[in-house]
Amino acid sequence: MAALSINNVCKTYANGTEVLKGIDIAIEDGQFLILVGPSGCGKSTLLNMIAGLDDISSGDIEIGGKRVNDLSPKDRDIAMVFQSYALYPSMSVRKNISFGLEIRKMPQGEIDATVERVAQMLQMTHLLDRKPSQLSGGQRQRVAMGRALARNPSIFLFDEPLSNLDAKLRVEMRTEIKLMHQRLKSTIVYVTHDQIEAMTLGDRIAVMKDGIVQQFGSPQDIYDNPANLFVASFIGSPSMNFIPAQVVESAGVLGVKICDDQGCVILPLPHAQDKMQPWLGREVIFGIRPEQITDARTAYRAGLPVMACHIDVIEPTGPDTLVFVSLNNTKVCCRTHPTEAKLPGHSMELVFDVSKAVLFDPATEQRIA
Amino acid sequence: MSTSQSQASLSALADRWLPKLVLSPTLLISLVFVYGFIAWTGWLSLTESRLLPQMDLAGLIQYQALFENDRWWTAVTNLGIFGGLFIGCTLAVGLFLAVLLDQKIRAEGTLRTIYLYPMALSFIVTGTAWKWMLNPDMGLQKVINDWGFPDFTFDWLVDPDKAIYTVVIAGVWQSSGFVMALFLAGLRGIDDSIIKAAQVDGASLPVIYWRIIIPSLRPVFFSVLLILSHIAIKSFDLVMALTGGGPGTASDVPAIFMYQFAFTRGQLGLGAASAMMMLMTIVAVLVPLMYMETRSAKRG
Amino acid sequence: MAKHLTPGRIVLYAALLLMAIYYLLPLYVMLSTSVKTLDDIRGGNLIALPQSITFDAWSKAWSSACTGVECGGMKGFFWNSVKMAVPSVLISTLIGAVNGYVVSMWRFRGSDVLFTLLLVGCFIPFQVVLLPMARLLGELGIANTTSGLILVHVIYGLAFTTLFFRNFFVTIPDELVKAARIDGAGFWTIFFRILLPISGPIFMVCVIWQFTQIWNDFLFGVVFASGESQPITVALNNLVNTSTGVKEYNVDMAAAIIAALPTLFVYMVAGRYFVRGLTAGAVKG
Repeated sequence: MAALSINNVCKTYANGTEVLKGIDIAIEDGQFLILVGPSGCGKSTLLNMIAGLDDISSGDIEIGGKRVNDLSPKDRDIAMVFQSYALYPSMSVRKNISFGLEIRKMPQGEIDATVERVAQMLQMTHLLDRKPSQLSGGQRQRVAMGRALARNPSIFLFDEPLSNLDAKLRVEMRTEIKLMHQRLKSTIVYVTHDQIEAMTLGDRIAVMKDGIVQQFGSPQDIYDNPANLFVASFIGSPSMNFIPAQVVESAGVLGVKICDDQGCVILPLPHAQDKMQPWLGREVIFGIRPEQITDARTAYRAGLPVMACHIDVIEPTGPDTLVFVSLNNTKVCCRTHPTEAKLPGHSMELVFDVSKAVLFDPATEQRIA
Repeated sequence: MSTSQSQASLSALADRWLPKLVLSPTLLISLVFVYGFIAWTGWLSLTESRLLPQMDLAGLIQYQALFENDRWWTAVTNLGIFGGLFIGCTLAVGLFLAVLLDQKIRAEGTLRTIYLYPMALSFIVTGTAWKWMLNPDMGLQKVINDWGFPDFTFDWLVDPDKAIYTVVIAGVWQSSGFVMALFLAGLRGIDDSIIKAAQVDGASLPVIYWRIIIPSLRPVFFSVLLILSHIAIKSFDLVMALTGGGPGTASDVPAIFMYQFAFTRGQLGLGAASAMMMLMTIVAVLVPLMYMETRSAKRG
Repeated sequence: MAKHLTPGRIVLYAALLLMAIYYLLPLYVMLSTSVKTLDDIRGGNLIALPQSITFDAWSKAWSSACTGVECGGMKGFFWNSVKMAVPSVLISTLIGAVNGYVVSMWRFRGSDVLFTLLLVGCFIPFQVVLLPMARLLGELGIANTTSGLILVHVIYGLAFTTLFFRNFFVTIPDELVKAARIDGAGFWTIFFRILLPISGPIFMVCVIWQFTQIWNDFLFGVVFASGESQPITVALNNLVNTSTGVKEYNVDMAAAIIAALPTLFVYMVAGRYFVRGLTAGAVKG
């Protein structure tokens, strides 16, 4: 186990493309770090650089306080699980797990014991003599994890390990990975493009885009306090609603003006008065999550602004029903109790919980309040 | 600690340099034996070399001599006739066979094996076999004569005006199965749902082939053209075995011209010049084809 | 889909059968001629079945037919070709495998350019290297030897073998190599323990392609070998074009079949690898 620190790391390709532009991330020993972002954001490149599979153009990577920039992958004391599992096709599961140990000249007795231990831990003792081609996707995934576990490295690296699994298996394996982390207290760097995986697994999340860490923090912090429009839109499903709105003053309190085809309402934002002041009379982007617009029964306290809205579409998901309305000519998603949702074409009273609502600058897309 | 670290950096260094080290002999070979030798031949073509190579540059005299040489022009004309007909016929026969075989044929495997086996033969063997079959006294002509057409003559092999066409016949026989295999692979690669969609739209089978399937084989056409023109320009063995360039010099092609002037007549400079002309022809044909192929690949 | 024999299908099968006859005819003619007597050949016609079967022409072609001034049959030249083809195929395939491994799995800055540079070797007309090569072989003292031919075939086969292996290895996810590197495997360990065990099919393709090419080669053989070191294609051409004495067509045909047998055999037993090689070589682009 070891801490990991990434200091001002850049990656520039020979043709001049900048993939990473000064990455700073530090996690402590035993933390679970998630690198999340859309494809092409540089998250996999960063992981490869931690692994030593890609050169570092500038900056430093330290594992357990030791600079590893010039070490080859095998000397960094890491193990990696790949999206395609990368199991050696010609070797049995047992060989796949023991290969790395053999190369490291571990005594045969110890190798056997380790393979046995790992196989029992992942409940795949009965698979040990099969070839990868005889395994299902989930089993391959397990073997790939077993191979990493057997090595007992100071850092585990996961490169989108669940993306090739079907939805049900993905949820199962997600829990299993989390369980493994809780038991072994290992340091993990985990790359994914799936924000749900990011939220559920990580101690720390680095949201990346265009080679820059947009925000680095705990999952809840990133969910509640997104640094900019991109982070707010990327984390959370269904996505946060972004409603272009004007900042207005009403009864001495600043708020945003929200209209639908039947009328307007002003939503006061008492928690953000100071930061809104310079924006009085100007257009901002008002960000509010679907669960913060709901029916009167679900809203947990009274006295919140209410607006009767015309329903365009509803999408029942089971536990909730998503109601879509049109506010300021923008499609807005609201999460309501299934029994409270009205049918499309009808009007419904929606309660706005603005205590966690956020505002963005439409030009820079940075957070205002 | 320090030894393990120096070992670590050593293995990192090895991984960095080994790939380049391993590739370098081949690169060196390619540099010398392909690029260097082309340059050498090019240089030789600009000298007065005859029996022995001379290294003093003498301008374009060899090319001048080449262009004033009737035999060269015979060879070039023959290459034009052979190339055009060979490529055209092979393409047509190959595509025809591929389309026929694509109709869910019984014994497709056997038929494919039969159509393709000539490709495993040496052009020398092909030439020998066809030379015998086209023999005017005892070959196919006699077969037809025996069948009751005593006036039928088929003596192209010994007719100076027709000898080059016999090379086309044998060449098409040898290469069309290969083209069939390429087209068939292309046909099998076409998304079935496109054809189903066209059938639902009410298109008939010939229309589907003509308007949808064959146009989508465009990349295969490029590959086939590329390979066939390559075979045509280099053709040497087949002509040697079938006609030996004869009667006289009537079925000469540039490859034979080059061989004879460089190796049997001791005219190194002229031979080198003709070799360079062959290289330039290949470049002139292949480069535009490859350019078009990559462009259509990018568009597609 | 069970199709009934409609008139269209009958025409289709007829056409296919006709084409099959066209392709098989020369093989049949070669075979039947080779077992006919000369009288039978002169008296009968090309496609008639032999009146009696005799293998005299075969034994003459194998051991006593005259190729120019020599009269030892094809035997010696057949072994020449074997001695030439086997080492050339093995060496060029092995080097090609390692090269393909480098340009696909260990790409470095400029490796793509180098690979393209190498590929040009697939396209040049060999006439353009004949003169300097002849000179070089002369200076090395291996002109007119089988070793010289082996050298030539290895050198000009490398571009193709590299291409074959490169095209195969690029289909293997490079995560496999990454995983092995993290496991601590180096360049050669990865090659021998991870990749070679799964490269069987491409070895077949490459070996068959190279064998066919080298066995069937005529140009290098006729230029760089003479007399006793000639490969079988050159000897066959000499035999057929020898103008002395009576023309023995049955011997010519027997010799032609002998020259064709090894590649035909390979085609028969490993046809699908042969076809894969052809199509793989074709989509080089």
